[in-house]
Amino acid sequence: MEEKQLYTVSVYTENNIGILNRLSAIFLKRHINIESMTVSKSEIDNVHRFTFVVVMTETLIRKVVGQLEKQIEVIRAFYHTEDEIIYQETALFKVSTEHLYDEEIQNKLKFRRANIVTITERFFVLEVSGLKEDIDRLYDKLKPYGLLQFVRSGRIAITRPKMAISELLQEMN
Amino acid sequence: MNTQTQTVQVTTEEKPTTSKAEKISGSEAVIKCLLAEGVDLLYGYPGGAIMPIYDELYKYQEKLHHVLTRHEQGATHAAQGYARVTGKVGVAMATSGPGATNLVTGIADAQIDSTPMVCITGQVASHLLGSDAFQETDIIGISTPVTKWNYQITKASEIPEIMAKAFYIARSGRPGPVLIDITKDAQFGEVDFSYKKCEKVRSYKAIPELDIDKIKEAADLINSAKKPFIVFGQGVILGEAEKEFKTFIEKTDIPSASTLLGLSALETKHRLNVGLVGMHGNYAPNVLTNECDVLIAIGMRFDDRVTGNLETYAKQAKVIHFDIDPAEIDKNVKTDVAVLGDVKETLAEILPFVTKENHVTWLLEFQKLYDIELEKVINDQLNPTKEGLTMGEVLAGINKETKGDAVIVSDVGQHQMFACRYADFINTRSNITSGGLGTMGFALPASIGAKMGAPNREVIAIIGDGGYQMTIQELGTILQTEVAVKIVVLNNSFLGMVRQWQELFFDRRYASTVMKNPNFVKIAEGYGIEATRVSKREDLTDAIKTMIASENSYFLEVIIEQEGNVFPMIPTGASVSDIRLS
Repeated sequence: MEEKQLYTVSVYTENNIGILNRLSAIFLKRHINIESMTVSKSEIDNVHRFTFVVVMTETLIRKVVGQLEKQIEVIRAFYHTEDEIIYQETALFKVSTEHLYDEEIQNKLKFRRANIVTITERFFVLEVSGLKEDIDRLYDKLKPYGLLQFVRSGRIAITRPKMAISELLQEMN
Repeated sequence: MNTQTQTVQVTTEEKPTTSKAEKISGSEAVIKCLLAEGVDLLYGYPGGAIMPIYDELYKYQEKLHHVLTRHEQGATHAAQGYARVTGKVGVAMATSGPGATNLVTGIADAQIDSTPMVCITGQVASHLLGSDAFQETDIIGISTPVTKWNYQITKASEIPEIMAKAFYIARSGRPGPVLIDITKDAQFGEVDFSYKKCEKVRSYKAIPELDIDKIKEAADLINSAKKPFIVFGQGVILGEAEKEFKTFIEKTDIPSASTLLGLSALETKHRLNVGLVGMHGNYAPNVLTNECDVLIAIGMRFDDRVTGNLETYAKQAKVIHFDIDPAEIDKNVKTDVAVLGDVKETLAEILPFVTKENHVTWLLEFQKLYDIELEKVINDQLNPTKEGLTMGEVLAGINKETKGDAVIVSDVGQHQMFACRYADFINTRSNITSGGLGTMGFALPASIGAKMGAPNREVIAIIGDGGYQMTIQELGTILQTEVAVKIVVLNNSFLGMVRQWQELFFDRRYASTVMKNPNFVKIAEGYGIEATRVSKREDLTDAIKTMIASENSYFLEVIIEQEGNVFPMIPTGASVSDIRLS
């Protein structure tokens, strides 16, 4: 059995209504769960970039990327393993202000592992960016304080190897 | 009043200096786009949200003929039949809500069988979108997974560009269905109309670039092969590459078998045509798939009905795959050399690199296995001596009368397999069937479209008693349009293919496959169609002759033995080489 692993799939598309539906349908029809997803403008005007994180085998991800790329409004699609990318995720933690001076939280702030976004009388908000594990670790540390709210983003990623897309996109512009 | 008249005059005078643009309604723009794309025939069904466009159709009826089908599904299948027989884009139209959802089966069928089609649906006014308005349905959301592209137009000004794009996408590259949903306010709105055909969509590459190194690599492999074998699909027909294909196989002397949708790309009786591959295909090409040394797939997609168990499919062979769609490469069968591109180009390109060969011994192996199939299966089917009529002898009778010159439109089930196995084809675009989706009810409306697309050809629909009743209302379309299709219903009073599986794999538990049928002859006559029923062998030939001789539409019901089976057969999960003859 071929091993499954985490893949980061980057899809460059036109900025049109309904593309998300079209892309997610490809995952849906193969019964694949999307771990996380980020959508934003790319480095090129009117070109959007979807970043999906999925767990599957390489044989399958190649087929899926082929089918994603086949969609009319998809310009290019790529998949990368964890080693091939530099990525960040962001998380916000809302904690009761009574814990602000606890040692754990002060340590995090001291070593700049987290930033305070806001402090009110009732709560403060910590922000942390990093790898998935960094966020998981802080989550485990802060959970005992009673998290009032916790939210984490999908992944944003940049590749180590050169992306063949850049020239293509420049040409299209 | 005066002021208004003046304004109009000023606009008219200014016209030559501005552009060719003229101010018209969105609805009229839709019609003008269709005309600009060379459409003169479309199928559809009116309703509230598409009434402005139908109003324009009324005005343009001299130039654009609209065929009122009896159900929107019929409109899509008719458009498919038209597209498959002509190579042009078929057009279907429906209103919002149920009109639009009724199109979905035909769209899905066109998607999986790569049929160029543009569907236009009306939609509620844009300010009502998302409010659960009367006959509102999210047809964009619903049709997304089964369309090559879809788009919702909410402003009249978008119409010319989007319609041009729709036709370009539907017909280019690997063809497919496109759905354009137009809100009612966009139909009523005004647009400065000027039409420019679309020739490029920046994010879409219709045809991959030809790679000469791959061509040479493929040629080397073909030249070194001792037992090369070709499986060709509809890509040859869609790419209009029948001539290039024939030249290529004749030079290389390679035995060639067809997929279900590839049928008629090469005439049935060509000496290198070794029949049909797949679940109910011929014995030789299935068995020898697992003995060839180089398997050359041309414009086909290794459907599971073709390959059987992939773990045991052509494992001994090097695989060369010619296809226009990069996503098909390695999807099901691992390819050694992928030759991407339009087969019309790639086959022409490879020709000088392949050597002239003679594979007489290898071809003889196909002949030997064919003889076994002839003796064990085919003879009993085509020239039966048992009491009940067989589907095979009906096909043999039709071949005799048409000499392979007819367009055969088949539905889905046993009769479809008999039609595809036994119909003779001498012309391309002559086999129209629902392959990938297996849509029962396809044939009757598709035959209407096919006959309208090829009015000078004999079009014969071959349908089972089950599928016939799924779209039987399209007899009304035949009545109204007087289209001269010949309908043959092979009636065994069973859902035959499911019954066959129940017999073979479910210990004859015939769950819901017995059909109590109406008097089909009376029904046809009720629609003004001349009709006959045949239940005796001695009456069959004359009945077929009468049907073919008729200049009008004609209905022939043949009572078939009840529990006949289609053989050979590759049971699900079995290897192609384990094909059963009984």
